[in-house]
Amino acid sequence: MAVTVLAIIRLHNLVAVVMLSGFYSLLAATLFVVLDAVDVAFTEAAVGAGISTILMLGTLALTTQHEKVRALPRFPLILVALTGVALIYGTADMPDFGDPESPIHEHVAPRYIERSAEEIGLPNIVTSVLASYRGYDTLGEVTVIFTAGIGILTLLGVRRWRSRKPGPDTATGDEDRNAAGGDRA
Amino acid sequence: MTIEIHPGLYNYAIVVMLMMAGLYIVITRGNLVKKIVGLNVFQASVFVLYITMGKIVGGTAPILEAGIEVYSNPLPHVLILTAIVVGVATTALGLALVVRIREAYGTIEEDEIQRQDEAL
Amino acid sequence: MVLRVLGKMMIPFIMLFALYVQFHGDYGPGGGFQAGVIFAAAIILYGLIFGIHNAMRVVPPDVVRVLIAAGVLLYASTGVAGLILGANFLDYDVLAKDPIEGQHIGILLIEFGVGTTVAAVMITIYFAFAGRQR
Repeated sequence: MAVTVLAIIRLHNLVAVVMLSGFYSLLAATLFVVLDAVDVAFTEAAVGAGISTILMLGTLALTTQHEKVRALPRFPLILVALTGVALIYGTADMPDFGDPESPIHEHVAPRYIERSAEEIGLPNIVTSVLASYRGYDTLGEVTVIFTAGIGILTLLGVRRWRSRKPGPDTATGDEDRNAAGGDRA
Repeated sequence: MTIEIHPGLYNYAIVVMLMMAGLYIVITRGNLVKKIVGLNVFQASVFVLYITMGKIVGGTAPILEAGIEVYSNPLPHVLILTAIVVGVATTALGLALVVRIREAYGTIEEDEIQRQDEAL
Repeated sequence: MVLRVLGKMMIPFIMLFALYVQFHGDYGPGGGFQAGVIFAAAIILYGLIFGIHNAMRVVPPDVVRVLIAAGVLLYASTGVAGLILGANFLDYDVLAKDPIEGQHIGILLIEFGVGTTVAAVMITIYFAFAGRQR
């Protein structure tokens, strides 16, 4: 992963950068499988390596494929290094990796693991927490996705194909507003 | 007060490195698409942070099955699962903004956009 | 040519897999979020191979736009249904006689709502980006 990230920093060809970021996501997904988070790995592989790569390539097709090469200032590197050191210093008090006695495992999660079988009756605890115990959160998340979708419709609009539908909208500029207005109706 | 960074904390060190790499891209690069890639790298490092915290040594995936006692913590999984999908939705929104900026300014390099703004 | 034939062969299976993930999410890994993304990926693959024009004919953008809202609505109305039946918002125990049964129905419904919204939003995003000209 580190090598991939370094390559992302160094490269100026944006297509290669986007491909590498998809690869980075795939590596992250593999890591999640190793860390027992199968649901998350599933999502990351489908979203990070699939959809978002396609979206970025779509953006590149609409914009440009090469990054302007410019001299890099030294100051941000020092700043970033200092922040990193501060953060690593901050982790000194954190529990060990995989420690079953760390605080995160003592409070809410055991209740879910012990009781979800009798309360929800589903084997997949992630689903029961997602949909039932934390249903309210998930409703919020779905609303965020919904809002993002509407935002994109407002910004870009879905181009209608004239050949199929000689619609009432004529000018390209108005189309976006039509698309946004259609959503609210 | 002594600072003790012992081997059990290596996962945090990795996460911090990835995180800082993402931050570095966001700060130094002027290209807006590259900035969004940097944000994605940063985001993925936060996901890794949460998931590593949920792992228990010797545990299995949190899907109930007879004869298994130790499960990894399902709570971070739930949070990150939703965060990934929300993340891609917001990334797409950012990319849509980039496309519109390109249409309005004809460039997606930050300094050129600023120069055009100042010229106004 | 190879791409078209293979794509035609793959897409039904991808969709079937998405539905499996959607409705088997209670037992194995999976659920609405993943299923929505996979379903959208199938449509996007179709769009990439046969052109966005044809994809828009298969899945009309207007219908997709309605589906975005329909998913959230299904989710919220499942919550309200619990409210009407005398329990808390998003409490599925009362949706059936047996609380466990009710939980199953509730989770299935809201996962379906999540899947619909996620798939519709992803397809819309793809249409918005790919349908735009430089």
